[in-house]
Amino acid sequence: MYDVAIIGAGVTGSAIARELSRYQLNVCVIEREEDVCCGTSKANSAIIHAGFDAVPGTLKAKVNVKGNAMMDQIAKELDIPFKRNGSMVVCTKDQDPKGLEVLMERGKANGVPDLQILDREALIAMEPNLSDDVVCALFAPTGGIVCPFHMTMGYAENACSNGVEFSLNTQVDDIKKVESGYELAVTHTDSGKKETKTAKVVINAAGVYADTLNNMVSEHKLHITARKGEYMLLDKDAGKHVSHTIFQLPSKMGKGVLVSPTVHGNLLVGPTAVDVEDKEAVNTTQAGLDSLGRTASLSVKNVPLRQVITSFAGLRAHEAGDDFVIGEAEDAKGFINVAGIESPGLSSAPAIAVMVADRVKEMLNPEVNDKFNPIRKGILHPDTLTLEERNELIKKQPAYGNIICRCEMITEGEILDAIHRPLGARSLDGVKRRTRAGMGRCQAGFCSPRTMEILEREVPMSMFDITKNGVGSNIVIGTNKEL
Amino acid sequence: MKAYDLIIIGGGPAGLAAAVAARDNGIESILILERDKQLGGILNQCIHNGFGLHTFKEELTGPEYAARFIEQVKERKIEYKLNTMVMDISHEKVVTAMNREEGMILLQAKAVILAMGCRERSRGALNIPGYRPAGIYSAGTAQRLVNMEGYMPGREVVILGSGDIGLIMARRMTLEGAKVKVVAELMPYSGGLKRNIVQCLNDFDIPLKLSHTVVDIEGKDRVKAVTIAEVGPDRRPIPGTEERYECDTLLLSCGLIPENELSKSAGVDLSPITSGPIVNDSLETNIDGVFACGNVLHVHDLVDYVSQEAGTAGKNAAAYIKEGKTADAKTVEILPVDGVRYTVPKYIRPTEMEDTLTVRFRVGDVYKNCAIATYFDDELISKRKRPVMAPGEMEQVILQKSKLADYPDLKHITIKIEEA
Repeated sequence: MYDVAIIGAGVTGSAIARELSRYQLNVCVIEREEDVCCGTSKANSAIIHAGFDAVPGTLKAKVNVKGNAMMDQIAKELDIPFKRNGSMVVCTKDQDPKGLEVLMERGKANGVPDLQILDREALIAMEPNLSDDVVCALFAPTGGIVCPFHMTMGYAENACSNGVEFSLNTQVDDIKKVESGYELAVTHTDSGKKETKTAKVVINAAGVYADTLNNMVSEHKLHITARKGEYMLLDKDAGKHVSHTIFQLPSKMGKGVLVSPTVHGNLLVGPTAVDVEDKEAVNTTQAGLDSLGRTASLSVKNVPLRQVITSFAGLRAHEAGDDFVIGEAEDAKGFINVAGIESPGLSSAPAIAVMVADRVKEMLNPEVNDKFNPIRKGILHPDTLTLEERNELIKKQPAYGNIICRCEMITEGEILDAIHRPLGARSLDGVKRRTRAGMGRCQAGFCSPRTMEILEREVPMSMFDITKNGVGSNIVIGTNKEL
Repeated sequence: MKAYDLIIIGGGPAGLAAAVAARDNGIESILILERDKQLGGILNQCIHNGFGLHTFKEELTGPEYAARFIEQVKERKIEYKLNTMVMDISHEKVVTAMNREEGMILLQAKAVILAMGCRERSRGALNIPGYRPAGIYSAGTAQRLVNMEGYMPGREVVILGSGDIGLIMARRMTLEGAKVKVVAELMPYSGGLKRNIVQCLNDFDIPLKLSHTVVDIEGKDRVKAVTIAEVGPDRRPIPGTEERYECDTLLLSCGLIPENELSKSAGVDLSPITSGPIVNDSLETNIDGVFACGNVLHVHDLVDYVSQEAGTAGKNAAAYIKEGKTADAKTVEILPVDGVRYTVPKYIRPTEMEDTLTVRFRVGDVYKNCAIATYFDDELISKRKRPVMAPGEMEQVILQKSKLADYPDLKHITIKIEEA
């Protein structure tokens, strides 16, 4: 029996796992997909919000500002790319600038530091590509950008290194209250094998499915709507089009879309916001993609949409109460919901994790884990080294001299690291999210066959078992003429 | 820092032919840098025949064609490094490269020939809506899997785009046992060679749907179905024309993009039309001593033309190395108008050019019973009838140095498509 079972290895579940690994607890993270960071955490705006958006007094407001303040330390400990590039909420000439003041007051009440409203002249000096219609903006210097993959993996790998077990490819079919805690009926999606796992405490961090799990054990029903957000990612050539994250002042026409550099130097445009029935509907749509360009041009001019390298959609877990639901279900002792974690979920994850870990501590009263090591080393990127250091590295490990992904200049050495580290990559997307191999302008056209060869040799695994992103997504289906 | 007279970036057909020509024009110190494990470039995976009809007057496969040039390089003992990635080219022609054995290598060149080839346009760049499952490949990636590694990427195939690789792969997939259900092409004409339409689609009863595009991709894990629709003159899908094809694979053959990231780092000016360097009659870029040829310069239809062009680049680079500088001479711009999309070269130097110069270009639409007209300023110089011209096939005009000498005050040359 586990002390704690965490359902969901997104950023929230992984962050909670890492916080719990500070204690002598037997923790298991149960994840349906083949890798961590495969749901909402992988397809979002990659923003660490300053915290002026949420209504004061809400959970969102509280954990966002706290989480934002924790990010410098988290980024250092987990070795993840994070940059406080500052965010702007821009107001155009057709909008009421009072909206900015409302946001500023909210921000101040939430404890967001250094907010100011800037006029056009000041803005253009900072951001020359703002649209001609922009008249003023709220500026939040604490807003930041992060790599959501690395943030989730940083937490998960650190948790794993500190003793947390991860059960991937494992879907929770049912949860039952038993005397000692909970019984979880699970299916291993790769083998089809079923088993029962038991835990004293269950943490429900299941994203868009958190309502389903809650509703298995609690009469206090949750209702989570999947709210689709479509994005376009532009080439690094376009990455310097803006340097801050540019939000639009919400209006009757909607919340608008953001235009932001990513921490890796691309330009991101999105998201749309459409509620969908199907919680698997991560498809993009013609209407959605068309609308992004139009809407983006309201705040930023000449966005080079011709340089789009990929588009994607993510689903935010929107709970009917419009706030995060964090805490024990009233009628299900030991069942802790971490539900409705939509934006600003990424920003809030560090604070949510501490909050939930504190609650578990109260419930289980565990000893401190003296062996806990807060430091996780990320994958070494040789292009951060000097020429001499790089040569030393290649002499010791020649794989660092072999480029596999030409667009992002990713070496075989980095891919070997991605495969052999804790919770190592087992699929093309797993390699991609860890190393960026395949994330560049050719979108894996060149490196896929080479990465497959490396997976085949190093895992090792059969070429026929290599997938894009888990069960059913096999890349090749046979050999020539055998069909 | 080790120095070479000439460094050639890329050991595909362009780089090989350029190296041979440079050596034959007296340059001893040549280095070819190739990122793959063998010379020959993309020809190694083009195992179909049809290469070399112009160059060798016989039909060769891609690897055979490459082998002819690789032999010439080896006979001449031209130095090359394999598995070596060029990371950077500086304005001063310092080439930074990397491989497993030597680590980071800095090399000084007197002249550089860019011969890096091109890449395929990806699904992402096409912004096709739908899911992002496994089973979507660029035609070239599928070609590598099938032809070089022996793996089948799928059983039931839809192909978007009628570029030559897509057409070739329609036939290859069929021969290897897959069912190719349809080839959809956004434009009202094919992007590939006529002979490939006949030999790869018609001969196998594979339908080609012109003015069609993919409007949806289904399947969360692996492609389950692809929906195509007819497009109007604005190239937007026409509602109500959707047709759904169940399949497990979507191949994309929607255009090739010259791979000029290194050229940019060196400060080479690029053409927004070709996405390749802007060059003069000696195929020299705006940077003295930096030349370009092959698909990195503009996407070719036949490798024979790549070899010819690369030979010119190699010869001119040799002349540059011997002279030590680029001749300062009057330049005349070639203006592509009325259906001519671009020309390579874009500038010529009437006093410096070869006795004859082949100007290559593509047209922007299908033209029947028209003519290619060349004007020196406003004077019609030549008019050549062409029964059919299409964007998938390159066209050419040959300029005579002797003729240009008669026009010392020439401002520009215009090449256009006119009624015959």
